[in-house]
Amino acid sequence: MRGKGSIGYILSLGFTLMAFWLAMSGHYTPFLLSVGVGCVLLCVWIAYRMHVADEEGQPIHLYSSAPRYWAWLWVEIFKSAIDVSRRIWHPSLPISPTMTRVRASQKTDVGLATYANSITLTPGTITTGVEDKILTVYALTREGADDVQSGEMDRKVSEFEGAD
Amino acid sequence: MMGTLVVDILSWVLICAGSFFVITGAVGILRMPDVFSRMHAVSVIDTAGAVLLVLGLGLQAGSLLVVFKLVVVLGLLFFIGPVASHALAQAALQAGIEPKLDQDRRGQPVAGEMGLDNTANKQTNDAGTGSRTQ
Repeated sequence: MRGKGSIGYILSLGFTLMAFWLAMSGHYTPFLLSVGVGCVLLCVWIAYRMHVADEEGQPIHLYSSAPRYWAWLWVEIFKSAIDVSRRIWHPSLPISPTMTRVRASQKTDVGLATYANSITLTPGTITTGVEDKILTVYALTREGADDVQSGEMDRKVSEFEGAD
Repeated sequence: MMGTLVVDILSWVLICAGSFFVITGAVGILRMPDVFSRMHAVSVIDTAGAVLLVLGLGLQAGSLLVVFKLVVVLGLLFFIGPVASHALAQAALQAGIEPKLDQDRRGQPVAGEMGLDNTANKQTNDAGTGSRTQ
C-alpha cells in the first residue's frame, strides 16, 4: 500500500478541506466553525482508513511545479481554442479527423492521468483510451495529431512530474 | 471612479470574449459531422469560454469570498471536464460508433514501442486521402 498514513498527506488533506469549508460557508460563528472542524476530522479519518490519503489524492510533491505547468497548459489551451473556433466559423469547415496512438513517458499514474487529461482539455484533441502507457488520441485535424505525436506535451508533463 | 470604470471595461471585455467562445462552441456542435468532432466544439466552451466568463464575473463579484468560490467552480470544471469527455468518447467507441476519419493512424507502430525513437513513424503518415480541406 502506497504512502499510507504519511503525515504530510493527512495535513494537506485536512488543510484543503478546512479551506474549502471556510470558503463555502462564509459564516464564522463558533458553532459553525466547530462543526467544520468536526467534519474535516471525520473526513480525514475516513480517508486515512480507506488508504486514500496518499500521493495520488494529495500529490504534494507536485504543488511547487504545478503553477508553471498550468501556465504553459493555459497558453496551449487558448491557442488551440482559437484554432478550433476559426475552423468552426470557416465556411468550408476545414477539419480532417485523425486517430492516432502515442506513447506516454510518465512514470506514475498521476503523471499519466495529467497527460491524458491535458490532451483532452486542449480543444481539438481527445484521449479516448489508455492502455499500457499508450494513449489513443482523436484529433480534429491532422495538424492536431502531428502536434500530439511530436511529444512536446509529453515532455512537459514528464518534466512537471519529475521536478521537485 | 476611474478604477471602477477600468474594472468594468475589463470585465465586459472578458465576459464578451467568453460569450463569443460559448456561441462558437454551440455553432460548432451544429456544424460538426459526428459525435466525436462535436466533442471538440464542446471543449472550446468548457475551457476558453468558461475561464473567460469566470474571470469577467470575478471582477464584478466585489468580495474575495465570491471570487474564491468562482475559482473553485473553475477548478472543478477543469478536473471533471476531461474525465467526462474521456468517458463519453470511450462509451461512444464501445457502443460501436465509428468516427468519420480522414486518416487512421491507429494501426501504425507507436513511436518508442520498440525503443526510444520518437520520430520513426512521422513520415509514413500521409496515406489517407480525400481530405475535407480540399
